[in-house]
Amino acid sequence: MAVSEMFITLQGVLTADQDIREEIRKVVQTLEQTAREILTLLQGVHQGAGFQDIPKKCLKAREHFGAVKTQLASLKTKFPADQYYRFHEHWRFVLQRLVFLAAFVVYLETETLVTREAVTEILGIEADRERGFHLDIEDYLSGVLTLASELSRLAVNSVTAGDYSRPLRISTFINELDSGFRLLNLKNDSLRKRYDGLKYDVKKIEEVVYDLSIRGLNKEAASDAGGEK
Amino acid sequence: MSSKEGSGGFRKRKHDNFPHGQRKDEKDSVNSSSSLMVSFKSFQLELDTRHDKYERLVKLSRDITIESKRTIFLLHRITSDPNGEEILNESEAKLEAVRQKIKQVAQELIGEDMHQFHRAISPGLQEYVEAVSFQYFIKTRSLISVKEINKQLIFTMEDKEEETNTPSSNPHDKQLCTWSLKVTPVDYLLGVADLTGELMRMCINSVGNGDIDTPFELSQFLRQIYDGFSYIGNTGPYEVSKKLYTLKQSLAKVENACYTLKVRGSEIPKHMLADVFSTKAEMIDREEGLS
Repeated sequence: MAVSEMFITLQGVLTADQDIREEIRKVVQTLEQTAREILTLLQGVHQGAGFQDIPKKCLKAREHFGAVKTQLASLKTKFPADQYYRFHEHWRFVLQRLVFLAAFVVYLETETLVTREAVTEILGIEADRERGFHLDIEDYLSGVLTLASELSRLAVNSVTAGDYSRPLRISTFINELDSGFRLLNLKNDSLRKRYDGLKYDVKKIEEVVYDLSIRGLNKEAASDAGGEK
Repeated sequence: MSSKEGSGGFRKRKHDNFPHGQRKDEKDSVNSSSSLMVSFKSFQLELDTRHDKYERLVKLSRDITIESKRTIFLLHRITSDPNGEEILNESEAKLEAVRQKIKQVAQELIGEDMHQFHRAISPGLQEYVEAVSFQYFIKTRSLISVKEINKQLIFTMEDKEEETNTPSSNPHDKQLCTWSLKVTPVDYLLGVADLTGELMRMCINSVGNGDIDTPFELSQFLRQIYDGFSYIGNTGPYEVSKKLYTLKQSLAKVENACYTLKVRGSEIPKHMLADVFSTKAEMIDREEGLS
């Protein structure tokens, strides 16, 4: 085969690759739009009045996740099923964001950490790589760490809104999360950097809890719990 | 509201801890057998396994790089060594050894998505492409195709022992285990781009040794490769476009050497030509630095 023929063939391969990536980018854009809508919706819980609306917001968010399911189903079709990691960079960010949003919804509903399997169910994707378009463990963990930051903010705003018991529960949750993350041996990558932020979230929440306890506000909350809201 | 389950659930977990006394954390009330902790323990395992595999592949890639580079150095000696046949045979043995390493890479990647670990092995594979295409050019004066390269990276092993262990009955006497690794088009292009640097060196070396045919062959060959890369232009990934600049320089050096040969060749007798070029070769090497 002549050199020129070889390069023409190679050029064809490269162009085909670029075309696939262009298609993927288009779908990812729609995913990012939906993610922004869910985020705007959920951000409302930080406001004083927003606390009452939490169940309603969660339901609304779940509706949006229906759109996410459709969009991810479409994304799956844009590339060969066994080349997930070849194109992974294109949707890595938005997927991490969606994990965070799913984890936030589940936390607002149940005050527990959403499991990896539960996230894949919400998003309508697979749990294992072998079965198809799946959630990479590092993306799951990144999303969870973003939840921690969000909760440290929520702790602060809860106090401002007059809810003195929520921060205590957030504190327990985050401490357990921190212990979990301490088990991991991370490499010096973006996940590690994000994990490094967790200790500041822990610290911030501890300060909130401290502020409440020295003023006796947490005891007030404990006695009111269950009947307050 | 959620507070009922929330506070109730957490309070329950706190009390569960006391009788067991499993508190490893001074922050207290983190039950190491809670479902969250159990999940994270499995995450630890999953991440460790992944990282270990990545590291093994990085090590293999480094070995592949080193051995491929040594093959290239060996092949350069062919310009000045009268025993070209022996050098080619030795290079083949070296490349076989590299292929055995690549076989190990293929075995590590069984059941895995190759692209998840691509960054670990890409440098080694590029260096291998460079070495194997260099040898191929010396033998055939042509460019090896990516198909040819990948054909040599299919490894089979006849495994008679496996047959007795496997429950799934295979009626044949021998079972064939096959591993293969496909060099990606991008790694191939990057390897070929680096090859042009070695060809440029070969050109200057051969001129310095009085071989005045090779430079013209190389010039023509390099020009074809350069044309190919120009055709691809910026439509490939960034790493490919980046190589284009160095490629252009290599081609220019070769073309200038041919020019000098042509011009000086007409005024200086052949036996003195070599001397003219050995000094020029020194100058070119110096401006290149330690590359």
